Amino acid sequence: MKKPETDVSQIGRDYKYGFHTTDKPTFSTGRGLTREVVETISAQKGESDWMLERRLQAYEHFLTRPVPEWGGDLSKIDFDSIFYYVKPTETEASSWEELPPDIKQTWDRLGIPEAEKKYLAGVGAQYESEVVYHKLQEELVRQGVVFLGMDVGLRQHEEIVREHFGTVVPFRDNKFAALNTAVWSGGSFIYVPPGVKVEMPLQAYFRINAENMGQFERTLIVVDEGAFVHYVEGCTAPIYSSDSLHAAVVEIIVKPGGRCRYTTIQNWSTNVYNLVTKRAVAQENATVEWVDGNLGSKLTMKYPAIWLTGEGAHGEVLSIAFAGPGQHQDTGAKAVHAAPNTTSLITAKSISRGGGRAGYRGLVNVANGARGAKSKVVCDALILDEESRSDTYPTIRVHESDAEVEHEATVSKIGEEQLFYLMSRGLSESEASSMIVSGFVEPITKELPLEYAVEMNRLIQLQMEGSVG
Amino acid sequence: MALLEIRDLHVALSDGSEIVKGIDLSVEGGEVHAIMGPNGSGKSTLAHALMGHPAYQITSGDVLLGGKSLLELGPDERAQQGLFLAFQYPYAIPGVTVTSFLRSAINALRKARAGGEDDPIPIPEFRKQLAAATERLKVPRELLGRYLNDGFSGGEKKRIEILQLALLHPRLAVLDETDSGLDIDALKTIAGGVSDLIGPELGAIVITHYQRILNYIRPDFVHVFAGGRFVAEGGPELAEQLESEGYDAYLPEASSGDR
Ligand SMILES: Nc1ncnc2c1ncn2[C@@H]1O[C@H](COP(=O)(O)OP(=O)(O)OP(=O)(O)O)[C@@H](O)[C@H]1O
Ligand SMILES: [Mg+2]
Repeated sequence: MKKPETDVSQIGRDYKYGFHTTDKPTFSTGRGLTREVVETISAQKGESDWMLERRLQAYEHFLTRPVPEWGGDLSKIDFDSIFYYVKPTETEASSWEELPPDIKQTWDRLGIPEAEKKYLAGVGAQYESEVVYHKLQEELVRQGVVFLGMDVGLRQHEEIVREHFGTVVPFRDNKFAALNTAVWSGGSFIYVPPGVKVEMPLQAYFRINAENMGQFERTLIVVDEGAFVHYVEGCTAPIYSSDSLHAAVVEIIVKPGGRCRYTTIQNWSTNVYNLVTKRAVAQENATVEWVDGNLGSKLTMKYPAIWLTGEGAHGEVLSIAFAGPGQHQDTGAKAVHAAPNTTSLITAKSISRGGGRAGYRGLVNVANGARGAKSKVVCDALILDEESRSDTYPTIRVHESDAEVEHEATVSKIGEEQLFYLMSRGLSESEASSMIVSGFVEPITKELPLEYAVEMNRLIQLQMEGSVG
Repeated sequence: MALLEIRDLHVALSDGSEIVKGIDLSVEGGEVHAIMGPNGSGKSTLAHALMGHPAYQITSGDVLLGGKSLLELGPDERAQQGLFLAFQYPYAIPGVTVTSFLRSAINALRKARAGGEDDPIPIPEFRKQLAAATERLKVPRELLGRYLNDGFSGGEKKRIEILQLALLHPRLAVLDETDSGLDIDALKTIAGGVSDLIGPELGAIVITHYQRILNYIRPDFVHVFAGGRFVAEGGPELAEQLESEGYDAYLPEASSGDR
C-alpha cells in the first residue's frame, strides 16, 4: 500500500517573478555608502536644505548604531557592496507607453497596467530607487486627494511633508530607519482631505531589478478627519545569487474619525533582506488597519505598529507569514495604547515548511492614563514538517488596572486525518495541504479585496507545490 | 468480475495487531451489501483500509475495483478510480467552505478523468448540480457557506457526507454508520437520497448497527462481521433477526479475547 509521503527535500519553488530585464540605468551612486552618496542623492533630487540636513543627521546616526542582534541574522549584509541609489529613467511617467520599453515590459509581465484598468483608483510603480509611473483617477484629483511619488510629494506639498516627515518614525528609532532616512528615494505620498472616502484601493508596486540593489522607499500617508483610504503595496524582485536589501519606512497619520487600511503583499525573491519600519498614529476615534502578507524574502523583520493616541481609537493588525526553505520571517505587531478606551486586535498566522522559520514578535503596551483599553492578540502557527520552526515572543506591558489584555497562541501541524479526508475525495496530497493552509489563513485572506485574495491563495499554492513528493 | 472484489483481506494496525482477519466480498454495480457487527469488531478499519488510510496496513489479500487492484494507489487515486467513503466521523477543515471544497473535489476528479489536464466544472453547471443535490437531501443552504464540518452537529456532518456522495459520482460507496447521528426524518431523507443513486452506476456497502436504514436502502446481502471475519451472511431478514436477537449467537465464547 502506498503511504502519502512528505518529501521536503523537493524544494522546486516556482517563483514566477524571478525574471530581470537588462536595462541601463541613467544614474547610479555606485556601490557603498558615504557622506557624499547622501549628498549626491539629495542634490539629484534638488531638495531643500532641511531635508539634506535630516539625511546627514540620519547618516551619522546610522554609522553609530550597531546591527541589531535580537531578531534574524543580519551579519551577512554587506553594506559596502550595495547600490544605494539607482535612477532607472529621467522622468516619472503618467502613461505606461512613456516608459522605456525594458521597464514597461517588466510592469506588463507583472500585470500592473491590467490591474489598474480593472480595480484600482490609482497606481504608483517604483523601479529601483525611483517612482517611474504614477496616476490617480481624475475624480479623486478633483476631490483633493493627493497620491504622488514621495519625491514629487515633497516638491509639491513641502509644508505637509515637513510637518509630518519623521514624526511617526524618527531616524533614531532603529538602524534601518536611520539608513532609510539618509538615503530614501521613492515611496508614496498620500493625502486624503477631510470627509473624502476613496472607495477603490490605491496601489503601489515596488520592484527591484538590479543585483545588490538597495531599495529605500519612504511612504507618508495623512488621512484627514473622517476620511478613508485603502492603500495596497506589492513587492517582487529577480532571483540573484547575491543579496539585495529593502529597508523602507512607512508613516501614517490618521486624524479624528478617519480610517486607513494598509495592505502589503510582500513576495520578494529569497535573496532579499526585507527590514521595514511601519508605524501609524490613530487619533481620536480613528482606525488603522495593517494587513500584512509576507511570503517572500530571505529574512523579513517587520512589526507594523499602531500608536493609539486619541480616545476611542482602534487598531488592527492581520498578519500572515509564510517561511519556506531558507527563509526567516520575523514578523509581528505592536499596539501602544496611549489614550482612554482604545482598542486593538492583532491576528497573526504563520506557516513554516521545508526548514523555514516563522516567528511572531509583538508588543502590547497600555500606557498610564489609557483607562478602559482593550487588546486581543491571537497567534496561530502551522508547522508543516519536522525541519521547520515557529517561535512566539509576545511582550505585554500594562500600566492601567482596568485594561483588558488577552493573548492566545496555538501551534499546529497538518493532521494526517485531515489530509486523508481530503485525499479520499480525490485531491492530491499537495492540493489537500494547500487547501488546509488556505483555510488556515482564510481569516486574513477574506479581508483582502477579491483580486488580492485570489493572488494570495495562488502564491500559497506555489509555495506549497514542491513541498510534497 | 464484480465491480468490487475483496479477496482474503487482512488488515493490521501499525503495532502489528491484526484487526481484519481474512474476508472475501464481491459487490456488483447496483448491489447493496450491509455489514453489521459489534462495536470494535473492525468495520471502520475495513472501510479505512479500502480507502487507503496509511495507519491501516493491508498485510495480505487484494482489493480490486473494476478489475484493477487498489493496493498500490494512494487515497486520492482510489477516489479517482471511483471509490467513496462516507466517514463515521468526518473531519473538519476550518477556513474552507463546503461549497469551495465541493468544487475543488469535483475538479480534482475531473482533472484525473481528463488525464491530468485541468478541466474545471463550469460555475453555472456546478451551481445547478449543487442546488439539485441540496434540495433532494434537504441540506440547509446556510451550511454550504460554513467551513467544512467545523462546528457541525453530528447529523449535519452526515448530511454533508451524502451530499458529497451525490456530487462526486463514485462507482462504489462505503457508508460507515451514516445513520448514527441522524434524526428519524433526516434518516429517511438521506437514506432515500442514497437509494436513488444506487443503480448500475453505483454499488454500496452500508455499515450499520440498526436495521432501520435498511428499510430505505434495501440490501441485497447482509454480512455479519465479528472478530475480524464475516461470520454469517443472508438476505435482509438477517438484519431483522440481529435487531431482535443481537450478536450473541455469532460471538466466540470469550468474545473480548479475540483481538
Ligand atoms: N488507529 C487506531 N489505533 C489504535 N487502535 C485502533 C485504531 N483504529 C482502530 N483501532 C482498534 O481496532 C478495533 C476496531 O476498530 P474499528 O473502529 O474498526 O471498529 P468498528 O467495528 O468500526 O466499531 P464501531 O461499531 O464502534 O464503529 C478497535 O479495537 C479499535 O480500538
Ligand atoms: Mg466504526
